[in-house]
Amino acid sequence: MSDLYLIMLSALQHYSYCPRQCALIHQEQIFEDNVFTIRGHLAHERVDSGESGVEYGLRVERALPLFSERYGLVGKADVVEFLADGTPYPIEYKQGKRQQKLHDEVQLIAQALCLEEMTGKTIAEGAIFHHKSRRRRVVALTPALRAHTEQLIIAVRQLLLSAQIPPPTTERALCENCSLVEACQPDLIASASVIKRLRSQLFSVEDEA
Amino acid sequence: MRQLLNTLYISTDEAYLRLEGETLVMSVDKVKRHQVPLHHLGAIVCLGRVGMSPQLMARCMSDGRSIVWLDENGRFQARVEGPVNGNILLRQAQFRAADQVDKALMLSKCFIAGKLRNSRNVLMRSARDNPNEVEREQLAKAAKALAINLRNLEHAESAASVLGLEGDAGRVYFEQMNTMIKPAMRNTFEYKGRSRRPPKDNVNALISFLYALILNDCRSALETVGLDPQLGFFHEVRPGRPSLALDLMEEFRAVLGDRLALTLINRGQLQHGDFDYREGGAVYLNDKGRQTVVRTYQERKKETLQHPVLETEVEIGLLPLLQARMLARYLRGDVETYIPFFNK
Ligand code: SF4
Repeated sequence: MSDLYLIMLSALQHYSYCPRQCALIHQEQIFEDNVFTIRGHLAHERVDSGESGVEYGLRVERALPLFSERYGLVGKADVVEFLADGTPYPIEYKQGKRQQKLHDEVQLIAQALCLEEMTGKTIAEGAIFHHKSRRRRVVALTPALRAHTEQLIIAVRQLLLSAQIPPPTTERALCENCSLVEACQPDLIASASVIKRLRSQLFSVEDEA
Repeated sequence: MRQLLNTLYISTDEAYLRLEGETLVMSVDKVKRHQVPLHHLGAIVCLGRVGMSPQLMARCMSDGRSIVWLDENGRFQARVEGPVNGNILLRQAQFRAADQVDKALMLSKCFIAGKLRNSRNVLMRSARDNPNEVEREQLAKAAKALAINLRNLEHAESAASVLGLEGDAGRVYFEQMNTMIKPAMRNTFEYKGRSRRPPKDNVNALISFLYALILNDCRSALETVGLDPQLGFFHEVRPGRPSLALDLMEEFRAVLGDRLALTLINRGQLQHGDFDYREGGAVYLNDKGRQTVVRTYQERKKETLQHPVLETEVEIGLLPLLQARMLARYLRGDVETYIPFFNK
């Protein structure tokens, strides 16, 4: 058994969306449903059923438990298809549109790293399935993507070990779609000047009666 | 802003609650009395002898809906807790802060500053509504005294002096209780000095019950954000005492409790017949009185106020949760200081 601090695969995605979100979920244990996550759950229902079987001649595993001792990761894969020679082909299900950064890719690569360790096979590609457009987008496991993912794993582990909560993201557009916005209160944190002013006036009142 | 979900208060003795599809069913002696959809319920509070099915409990836990039992007078008895609860790092920070004298002192001052400011508001509001000049001046004088204590609070250098200032302000404030009650109501509602266990007049019975409801809301708010309601900064730690909930409650006594008590009294919503007068002098709200108070309390929680830090209108019922969250943020080093809730 490795004694690496285990992190959830989902933490990588949370971190790449917003490091504060990652800390709130994985340290502060805050999780709040909103329409986005509820829609996400619904999209995942089939996937989470844990059914497996043969579809279109391929063996398919749903909600497959994943782990990597080398990287200290645990989690689940939505869907993994197995090619004829036993090589796993991970497919990440997404309800929304394609994300700008590499959130989805990172998630997929991390799954692939686990699968490689679990099966001993080398994985050349996987896919991201977009629920809305019902399209599959093939992602090649390039050395650059692998390196990016490995770095991210290190960064996430460092953050979680530090027990610090990073400040809110400066990309405020992200907050609008963030399920944690109520608990995170990015505006509160940003309102340091309001807090300072209130603090200086806390013990005095205008003396009208 | 997050919607305030309803709290369901069940005060019917021998009521039994169970899950039926997406609804909660309340029955007495196996006869169905009420049925409410679950999705608008944020919490269930059982007052007195109320039972519940394990299926309903499990469902509420997985939805993050809190369940507590209080006795008839609002005192905490039990609570159901789900598998994931709280954050050990936050509790660690809370315990460490409680051991740091200056941090604990600073927080105590904040809670009490909130209390004094809000109490003072109640006095000034009553002064505005009072047609009697002499009484008006009396109330204004008390408000001034509270402002002085508030100013001195800033410079308090020990827990003992915070306690002293708070005690003194409380005395000044409660001395005005009868003045804040309308003359026509003073026969039925005569405040004879603070008495808790047991309350010895109608006014004490009423505010004690309201404080118990507020305390429960503060306790639930702290538990929701993962703080330990038993380890406070101002209130001394004693086994069985929710001292952090008592700390947090200081900001809300006046806003949620005293003002509401005065409204209930002055509008004639409560009468002599809403209380039980026990042999030997103890006074409690009876069933009918409790129902009126709980209903009005629920309505009050839906009203909105301007939040000084968030600078938006927030429902009064959300205040304990918002403040608990800000306290958690402060303890985890996310914001520089804690600001209590106060009315502008
Ligand atoms: S609300 Fe904004 S800052 Fe907070 S976790 Fe979400 S994205 Fe990050």
